[in-house]
Amino acid sequence: MRSLFLALTLLLSCTTAWSQTLAREQVLHKGNGPEPEALDPHRAEGVNTSNILRDLFEGLTSEAPDGHLIPGVAQSWELSEDGKTYTFHLRENARWSNGDALTASDFVYSLQRSADPATASNYSSILEPIENAAEVTTGKLPPSRLAVFAPDAHTLVIRLRAVTPYFLGLLNHASTYPVHRPSIEKYGARAFRAENIVGNGAYKATEWVVQSHVLLSRNRQYWDDAHTTIERVYYHATEDLSSEFKRYRAGEIDWTESVPVTQVRWIRKNIPQEFRVSPYLGVYYYGLNLTQPPFKNNPKLRRALSLAIDREVIVKKVIGTGELPAYSWVPPIPGYKQQTAEWGAWPREKRLAEARRLYAEAGYSAANPVEVEIRYNTSEDHKKIALVIAAMWKQYLGVKTRLVNQEFKVFLRDRTQKKITQAFRSGWIGDFNDPYTFSELLYSKNGRNDMGYVNVNYDSLLEQAATEIDATRRMQYLEQAEHLMLEDQPMIPLYFYVNKRLAKPYVVGWQGNIMDHHYTKNMKVLAH
Amino acid sequence: MLRYAFIRLLSAIPALLILITLTFFMMRAAPGGPFDRERDVSPEVRAKLEQAYHLDESLWKQYGRYLTALSQGDLGPSFKYGDRSVNELIAVGFPVSLKIGGLAMLLALLLGGALGIVAALKQNGVIDYGVMTLAMVGISIPNYVFAPLAILLFAVTLGWLPAGGWNDGALSNLVLPVLALAAPQVAYIARLMRGSMIEVLHAPYIRTARAKGLSERVVILRHALRPALLPVLSYLGPASAGIITGSVVIEQIFGIPGIGRYFVTAALNRDYTVVMGVVIFYGVLVILFNFLVDLLYGVLDPRARPQ
Repeated sequence: MRSLFLALTLLLSCTTAWSQTLAREQVLHKGNGPEPEALDPHRAEGVNTSNILRDLFEGLTSEAPDGHLIPGVAQSWELSEDGKTYTFHLRENARWSNGDALTASDFVYSLQRSADPATASNYSSILEPIENAAEVTTGKLPPSRLAVFAPDAHTLVIRLRAVTPYFLGLLNHASTYPVHRPSIEKYGARAFRAENIVGNGAYKATEWVVQSHVLLSRNRQYWDDAHTTIERVYYHATEDLSSEFKRYRAGEIDWTESVPVTQVRWIRKNIPQEFRVSPYLGVYYYGLNLTQPPFKNNPKLRRALSLAIDREVIVKKVIGTGELPAYSWVPPIPGYKQQTAEWGAWPREKRLAEARRLYAEAGYSAANPVEVEIRYNTSEDHKKIALVIAAMWKQYLGVKTRLVNQEFKVFLRDRTQKKITQAFRSGWIGDFNDPYTFSELLYSKNGRNDMGYVNVNYDSLLEQAATEIDATRRMQYLEQAEHLMLEDQPMIPLYFYVNKRLAKPYVVGWQGNIMDHHYTKNMKVLAH
Repeated sequence: MLRYAFIRLLSAIPALLILITLTFFMMRAAPGGPFDRERDVSPEVRAKLEQAYHLDESLWKQYGRYLTALSQGDLGPSFKYGDRSVNELIAVGFPVSLKIGGLAMLLALLLGGALGIVAALKQNGVIDYGVMTLAMVGISIPNYVFAPLAILLFAVTLGWLPAGGWNDGALSNLVLPVLALAAPQVAYIARLMRGSMIEVLHAPYIRTARAKGLSERVVILRHALRPALLPVLSYLGPASAGIITGSVVIEQIFGIPGIGRYFVTAALNRDYTVVMGVVIFYGVLVILFNFLVDLLYGVLDPRARPQ
């Protein structure tokens, strides 16, 4: 009996050891959504492009698999007492993929290039905390006036406009990556073609077949190459989600960008262990145009409509992939107290009674219902949600709703113009793990404040937060601002996003994180 | 003949000019622009971008600029894929589209033609009914239904063929997209071929040929096939257009790096130059193809030769 037990234990440990054995061929196939526009980090725009850039380049800081900040090219740094000057100490063994040494002056050049309006970076706003950045990006000052200095080859000094607690988190954003000056000067617009890119990340570009894939291979010059396992990684252009899903099932793709919502039921039933869901830094909401009737000067109506939406039904029955119902604007972020509306915890009947009361106070009734138009861009999911919301408004309040489906660019233009929109669907994804990336959207001068929300107190709280040195107090300003804004109800938050993807069980070394940032250098392919 | 060809080619120029003008102004009339995004760019950056692409000029000036560049063969830079020109995108994508499109057309002709002939010869028999039922199914099922079903069966369930990707045009990656693209055309051509073959087989000269004691093989191949091919030939123009529009869907579903998918994605992105480039390119192609078919028609049917 004992020998049998021993034999079993031995067998089990052998199995475990076997299951952890690395595959002989370390090649990973990732589905990556639409074709990347350009692999120039300073002009990158889409999430899909940034995914590839994260392997090709490395910023001053980087991220661990769980998303927490770790040193990147900078191995250490200090912050001055006034909280406005960072001094970074760069790794002496940091190199470009062609073997050139990576120095502090490379960062000076790159940050200036990123801020230069001639580069036409979509994300130059990321640099705004740096002193003079706003003036440089708007062309009022030359790029050389950006407050970034290289006292020696391995020391970089960045002076900030004001205290910015999330600044280190911005330093792993593509728009702050270093770029190789000699290649740009030599190849010009072709410097970011696969054959010409010189990067400083764990991988280098080997091949780029437009609309098919980008192939990266291990960069032996990378300072931490000893810890890289995967030799080659394919980023397949998978614009169509259901095609990506089929290629995953056929074993051609190991790791998907997302999953088609229509297949979630099948996935949950048949391959639940391969379905990976985790919170994502984004909120899905309905914006309300405050510059036109019926929402102009009508907070009671806005409130009533928000109360009458049963978010639980939307996240569980309509979408059903683990999204969290939203009763506040800012998603869960460490160190920030979510400003969840008090009524979020109320039973449904109480909420509805309050909704009806506010609706009546706003001057509407079953005999005299308000007419509301919901505008959304073409998508099955947006349509389903709009239908359910219209049904809830009709059933609980008697609201007459009209649904308007628009092609994306037409929809965006109408939202920006604020002339014909009433309620419109929208989503906001954070650029960095800080509540400010959400708060700023409702700042009166924000170009994407399509609600037309203007509240001087809100603006002033944001401005106070922007100059506050004390981290706790800064968070309090942002919390107060959100609370104030939610009282005004310029929009109706509906749910917080989640990342959802399929990953083969033999792809290890990664985990879900709120930014959905994953570095191939941390991943491994097990024998399968 | 040469004169005819020359006149035909010359008459294509106004057709193309109308196509270019209509596409240019329709594209610009669509609301929204290439730089409208969910995350707005700053006014300064937008101004820089518009200046770089001459969007800050008047529409007529842009139109003139476009025509001038076009006359030199320059289709301009892509708005979406920053550092690539439209010429380059087409140069890279077209060989791929041509490969699947050409193979699909060839398959449609050979298979459709053969099926049509067999059905005609066995008119009202089991084979005829079988082929015609298949043809009806082929015509009725759109390729965006056929393709995913084929992937599910041959790639996911049976694992015989890849579910997508290009892989440098490897044979296994070609099978499903070519089949999906060809299926409706096979069906059309089979029906056309059957109809015209039946008609020809009833013609007096066929009866004469048979009366002379020629074998059935010679009767079909030497006397019936050529006249029976004429309606099929005149269908090749629309068939090429059908394959081009089919490739819009098929390239998307199979993840094939051709230019068909630009038709949709570029229009949605308001990538003006790519839309223009692809429309002009395919416009030229369809006009050329129809022209060739007309010439071929004259070769096959002396009555159709221009006098």
